[in-house]
Amino acid sequence: MRRILALLLVCLMGTAGAQNPPPKDSRRSGFEDMGAATQAMQKDDALNPGMLWVQDGEALWKQPAGASGKACISCHAAAQSSMRGVAARYPAFDTGLGRPITLGQRINQCRLQHQQAALLRPESQELLGLEAYVALQSRGLPLAPSNDARLEPFRQRGQQLFAQRIGQLNLSCAQCHDGLPGKRLAGNVIPEAHPTGYPVYRLEWQAMGSLQRRMRGCMSGVRAEPFAYGAQELVELELYLKTRAKGMAMEAPGVRP
Amino acid sequence: MARTLINAPSAARRGEVIEIRATIGHPMETGFRAGEDGKVLPRNIIQTFSCRYNGELVFSAELFSAVSANPYIAFHTVATESGTLVLSWEGDNGFSQAESIQLAVTA
Repeated sequence: MRRILALLLVCLMGTAGAQNPPPKDSRRSGFEDMGAATQAMQKDDALNPGMLWVQDGEALWKQPAGASGKACISCHAAAQSSMRGVAARYPAFDTGLGRPITLGQRINQCRLQHQQAALLRPESQELLGLEAYVALQSRGLPLAPSNDARLEPFRQRGQQLFAQRIGQLNLSCAQCHDGLPGKRLAGNVIPEAHPTGYPVYRLEWQAMGSLQRRMRGCMSGVRAEPFAYGAQELVELELYLKTRAKGMAMEAPGVRP
Repeated sequence: MARTLINAPSAARRGEVIEIRATIGHPMETGFRAGEDGKVLPRNIIQTFSCRYNGELVFSAELFSAVSANPYIAFHTVATESGTLVLSWEGDNGFSQAESIQLAVTA
């Protein structure tokens, strides 16, 4: 009798399993936790202040720079086709340097090597503009971090950094963003920290900023010494976060409170 | 030249209420904040915004220190005849910018 019951149970479980749809993605973009007004601001390009930076980027894309007299468009042609999906893949492995680099670093590398132009300062209006313009071409596409095997050790270090307690408050990224998302830190909802919308226009900054700026903000928030812009650690963290958010839709240029 | 984002219909029927939305890139420095050296940053804000429809003032606004950077202004007007709407922003340090948009009005 017991055996028959067990068999029946197995059958029931089997049918229940077959009827269930595949598990839904339970990851949440920070977009979903924003107020309706801020969401509307991101969704409407006529309202999204990030589009001001996109305008800059579009102008710079076509403007010759440096000793070469070449513009981005001279080699890459129209960004709408050539840059589609590019931002979704970064950070990518650079063979020359033997390490991963971010989209911003790639833009600067292109300026230095191919345009023979001066480097753009991190967080400058020009660099954020170009980043935003390139990232816009991947809007709606799933984040697709490169599966280059050479990235693996860097990704692991990023994961390690994410779980590493830092600062006077002795907190790791993971404690809040893996352990307590959806709960509140003072008045703010703790997001899951998926970098889908970068560079973002942040209302608190009243300006556009990169993921590195955001991470540095969190680091000084736990009273740790933030890594410098362009530091390898920040690139590794970005690489880990992009892998963690793999498959989520790109929103750049995002708006965040 | 500051950057602007302007959203307005290019055509409307006579008598129709149209919405014009404009964002301008501007720091709107309040004049109350201290910089990295501890000294107060001088105020740098947009003080007035206006819209002239074929020369006639149809909307204007005064802006103050409490307005955010990159201010967004949306307003409505009635489409009366085809012509030009000139949006202008004026502020501290002789800041002045005008952008014009064309509107075609059909009967």
